[in-house]
Amino acid sequence: MLEILAFSTLNGVLYGMLLFMLASGLTLVFSMMGVLNFAHVSFYMLGAYFGFEIERRLGFWPGFVIAPIAVGAIGAAVERFGLRRLHRLGHVSELLFTFGLAFVIEQLVEMIWGKLPVDYRVPPSLDFVAFRLFDTTYPAYKVFMLATAVAMFAALFVVLKRTRVGLVIQAALTHPEMVAMLGHDVPRVFMLVFGAGAALAGLAGAIAGPALVTQPTMAALLGPILFVVIVVGGLGSLAGAFVASLLIGLVQTFAVAMNGSLAALFGPVAPPGLGDLWQVTVAQLAPILPYLLLVVILIVRPTGLMGTRET
Amino acid sequence: MRAAVQFLWPWAGLAAAFLLAPVVFSSPTALTMESVMGIMIIFALSYNMLLGQTGLLSFGHAVYYGLGGFVAIHAMNAVIHDRLAVPVVVIPLVGGLAGLGFGILFGLVSTRRAGLVFSMISLGLGELVSSSSFILRGFFGGEEGVTTNRAKLAPLLGLKFGPQIQVYGLVAVCCFLCIAAMYALTRTPFGRISNAVRDNPERVQYIGYSARRIRLIAFSLSAFFAGVAGGLAAINFEIMNAQQLGAQQSGVVLLMTYIGGVDTFVGPILGAIIVTFLQINLSDLTSAWQLYFGLMFIAVVSFAPGGVAGLLFRHWEAARSGAWHRLAPAYAMVAPGLVAALIGVVMLIELGNRRLTDEGSPMTMFGVAIDPSSIAPWATALGLFAVGAAATRLLWPKVADAWALVDKGLQARGRA
Repeated sequence: MLEILAFSTLNGVLYGMLLFMLASGLTLVFSMMGVLNFAHVSFYMLGAYFGFEIERRLGFWPGFVIAPIAVGAIGAAVERFGLRRLHRLGHVSELLFTFGLAFVIEQLVEMIWGKLPVDYRVPPSLDFVAFRLFDTTYPAYKVFMLATAVAMFAALFVVLKRTRVGLVIQAALTHPEMVAMLGHDVPRVFMLVFGAGAALAGLAGAIAGPALVTQPTMAALLGPILFVVIVVGGLGSLAGAFVASLLIGLVQTFAVAMNGSLAALFGPVAPPGLGDLWQVTVAQLAPILPYLLLVVILIVRPTGLMGTRET
Repeated sequence: MRAAVQFLWPWAGLAAAFLLAPVVFSSPTALTMESVMGIMIIFALSYNMLLGQTGLLSFGHAVYYGLGGFVAIHAMNAVIHDRLAVPVVVIPLVGGLAGLGFGILFGLVSTRRAGLVFSMISLGLGELVSSSSFILRGFFGGEEGVTTNRAKLAPLLGLKFGPQIQVYGLVAVCCFLCIAAMYALTRTPFGRISNAVRDNPERVQYIGYSARRIRLIAFSLSAFFAGVAGGLAAINFEIMNAQQLGAQQSGVVLLMTYIGGVDTFVGPILGAIIVTFLQINLSDLTSAWQLYFGLMFIAVVSFAPGGVAGLLFRHWEAARSGAWHRLAPAYAMVAPGLVAALIGVVMLIELGNRRLTDEGSPMTMFGVAIDPSSIAPWATALGLFAVGAAATRLLWPKVADAWALVDKGLQARGRA
């Protein structure tokens, strides 16, 4: 029991941190432009595929560095040549643009790398057992992922709170006109933040690719959960996104580890009409738990856990 | 008298289109496609009740289509099992009522807010329902879905609805009725107040309406029509599976409606016809058809926010005011560059697709034999695209100027 508890917590925190790498960029972009970027998870997927392609030619570490930069450049280009032009048409157009873009990226990835998962492997230098706890081993690669995510979190925090650039970004979030008056190029700030958010997503993809499966559906699988995270945390709230990332990460990992069902609790004979529901285990419920949480939170508290705005 | 004619001719035209479609295009594949188009027209129009008319952007509308379809297919199997004297004609109504029921249930949860919160709840509910299809296997039939046999239901006036042409007839009648009903709804005070909720919910509250209740009613009615479409789909395909209510299907209906145009009533009808046609025919032509689909959607969002219907209406207005002489030269100047750029894009996609999926084996494109592993076709494609795009960019201001003049003329007429 203690073993399950320890490893589920570790894995949950790891998954949560991974979610936060994506949610942070998405939240920043949302607070700045008021646009929920459907293509954000596509950048994550591109990160994984770029990482795979570079690993195949140059090795894992060059990919670890180059893939996020390349994805960031693509993200900046999307903002500069796509979203910025659409700004005058309103938020719905911008949102639908990113929706279409996500669709196109998925099709392109499928065309270039095929529908089947690609063989993106953990690098040999990280392919060993980090530690052993109650007879269960924990791979070093997961520790490396966790360390990367924490480092990124710290870097983001320092940049936003302790540097001049961070101050300008924070000011541009709430008072873009004033910041422009003071002589800063606000559209350029938007482009850089969009690019940086995409790069973070790319980094998340590049390190998650070997641990999870690198396939064309990885964006569509993670996308809805990511939206759950930023909505549950409160749209536009970085702290909320952090809490919600960890919450969703832990909820999902713990649910998967549990085997209880109504049948196990109350005996195998189901009341009439409840046949399927009776046999469902908590582990089977894991995929739908985030959405249940989303619906419940939005009914009880439409601003999310820490948000201040509704739309 | 004049007014009556003006009112009736579009409906007579619509009825004639439904009657003539299976006569003009009578092959079995065309007949199947026409049935699917009818179903998708209902589905897209129901979606536009939310997006275009009430301003609610939903990412989970397929839930009501799918649930309507599942309830309909279970109803059909129950009828067959118990040998009840229920004809197929009743089944779309069963689907509609199921859609209505789930619409009210989920609507109570999701229509409390508009805007992004609504969109996100619809997304969450959509994922919730489609993921629970893997848990409630009895109802959703697991991976393979639920099947039925429409010919085993009780006949009506000698019709057993086995042959596709009879199914088409049913779809056409239902589609016509639904179009009429949904159009009538837009003309009622309720339809108008829905538009007001879309444009300015605050003022709606001030004149004594509950924006929330209006949203709920619009949502439930829209779910009803989506359920009718689902019921018809169950009859037409004789199978329902979890994909029918998933994110993909919700995305398709959004694409259809938006490509057709959300600002006009006929927009979604056009969108449903165009997208269904492309889905069925483009997939025979090229394996990269979904890519074209996505690019087309992006193009519509970026350059024609009013959709195909919006473009048609603008040109129709301009043509009626006799402004073609202004537009035609501008279009003639832009057309060669635009066409060249489009051909370039298509060539690049096809060459790339061939290169990546079939290891670059020879192919024919636009009737010409091409070797995708040689450099020449690539250079041609890139050249066409670059030159075409540059020319279009350079000459587009002419079109914009022409339109500015036309709009000015139209405005002056409007004032006169």
